[in-house]
Amino acid sequence: MPDQLLFAMEVFLNGLMAGVLYALVALGFVLIFKASGIFNYAQGVMALFAALTLVGIMEGQVPFSHLINAVFGTEVHHFGWHLPALAAILLTGVVMIVLAWVVNRLIFRHLVGQEPIILFMATIGLAYFMEGLGDLMWGADIKKLDVGLPQGINLWIDETTFEAFGYGFFIDNLDLWATGIAAALVVALTIFSQYSKQGRALRAVADDHQAALSVGISLNFIWVLVWSIAGFVALVAGIMWGTKSGVQFSLSLIALKALPVLMLGGFTSIPGAIVGGLIIGVGEKLFEFAIGPLVGGATENWFAYVLALLFLVFRPQGLFGERIIERV
Amino acid sequence: MSVAEQMVTDQPGEGWVTEDGRRIGGVMMEMRNITLRFGGVEAIKDISFDIRQGEIRAIIGPNGAGKSSMLNVISGFYNPQEGEVWYHGNRRPRMRPYEVARQGVARTFQNIALFEGMTVLDNVMTGRLNHMKSGIFRQALWFGRAEREEIENREKVEQIIDFLEIQSIRKTPVARLPYGLKKRVELARALAAEPSLLLLDEPMAGMNVEEKEDMSRFILDVNDEFGTTIALIEHDMGVVMDLSDRVVVMDYGRKIGDGTPEEVRSNQDVIDAYLGVAHE
Repeated sequence: MPDQLLFAMEVFLNGLMAGVLYALVALGFVLIFKASGIFNYAQGVMALFAALTLVGIMEGQVPFSHLINAVFGTEVHHFGWHLPALAAILLTGVVMIVLAWVVNRLIFRHLVGQEPIILFMATIGLAYFMEGLGDLMWGADIKKLDVGLPQGINLWIDETTFEAFGYGFFIDNLDLWATGIAAALVVALTIFSQYSKQGRALRAVADDHQAALSVGISLNFIWVLVWSIAGFVALVAGIMWGTKSGVQFSLSLIALKALPVLMLGGFTSIPGAIVGGLIIGVGEKLFEFAIGPLVGGATENWFAYVLALLFLVFRPQGLFGERIIERV
Repeated sequence: MSVAEQMVTDQPGEGWVTEDGRRIGGVMMEMRNITLRFGGVEAIKDISFDIRQGEIRAIIGPNGAGKSSMLNVISGFYNPQEGEVWYHGNRRPRMRPYEVARQGVARTFQNIALFEGMTVLDNVMTGRLNHMKSGIFRQALWFGRAEREEIENREKVEQIIDFLEIQSIRKTPVARLPYGLKKRVELARALAAEPSLLLLDEPMAGMNVEEKEDMSRFILDVNDEFGTTIALIEHDMGVVMDLSDRVVVMDYGRKIGDGTPEEVRSNQDVIDAYLGVAHE
């Protein structure tokens, strides 16, 4: 097999893995958008916040320590414990649920029935508030996150492909785990929404608020539930990205990559978010591989957005989104 | 003695039996001096009436009379500025619509509010949500009880689907159905909740004669078979008179008549309202 084709295959596989992570962030957007019609700009920041909180809890960091020390002249930084990863993840999950409740209670309950643009602006405010809150609580330094996921080259794939093609593929173990976890998450979410009482209520709310009220569904409960699930998805995404490239504030920018993913997949489709993520991941890696050298590289920064732009022109509802036809 | 108290005591105690042998029981719901305003507009002006166990109660009136507003007050979508709602002998506090629904009041909408993206079966299943007890974690893990519950609810739903003769479209997405069938699916969803009070907002609106006859038959059958108390709104007088046991007539937000269809038909105010006699 020619070398170029082998390289391309390796790039393709790595693109798929990167795409899974985009898809995870996009998934959080889709969940909230479907159930409440809110485009949650803060989804990326939620992933950052979740990762920060996770590291903080694991390392026993004292929240707001800088503030406390500055006000009271104390010198507290650590509680002095190291929690096992699983316990810390569970606790962070609880924090995300509390956050969902607070966000709904303080912001979105008061904005019921408002224009989508108003709700969108509220989430922008929320994004900046949470970025600041994360900074204040846990500090702005780049943190290492290690929850015990294996990292580094997968030797089995390397050896197998070497034997088969005479060239060993480099696939990161972390990416494989991320793919597996994302797949499990999507399957779990699908089963939940199709077959459980709350899942059915959730779909009902997404479809028609009035009708949902008339069969006895509390909109507030469902919204808190949805924000909690989105917070949980953000936590998973935060763990993956944080393990890969450290927990840092540029993590919130990943959310911007989720936008083209959503434009491709459609804002209302969970499978769309997955497929869209994979297409963007593979597309930008292959494009960089094939066209990058001709134009001086760095195409990964803009490829996704140009692709999204093309989609906006020719298929604005995305690949899987519902086509919205308004009666005039 | 206040007007409201007098109204209760004036009612003959335990109801009566209709000509066709159905039993009308005591007062289930009572509206006392309801006034509803939107800004400066009074949609409902000081209206009182009651709904008795097992009856078909109609609220009629010309367009803009405040019928839908009244239905929305009963189902908790609107909260009146003045007046009280009594339900099963208790004064109902200010409630959200989903809380009213959980108390056994189901409703349909004039402009059909179905879950368009779901199948007929799923739509009707949402009506059972309040009969499902299993908590979120048990459901998520699909333990035995949740499964048993799902099966029981499915059986109930299938019964209602059979009853309303919509078996053939069980798996069809609602968005693809014609108007008349959608109305029937909406009725099925409301019935699935096994409500003690069923509210129908213009169940015949936009239907042709044949569909109207079907719907009338279903309404009568539901009342007869399940003993469901029904309150319905219509502006078409003809159909309503044949269906209902007692009728409230509204015009410009006020009650201008209340009684059996015969009494209402011979009421001069009602005749004027429907003939469009000018108000002084």
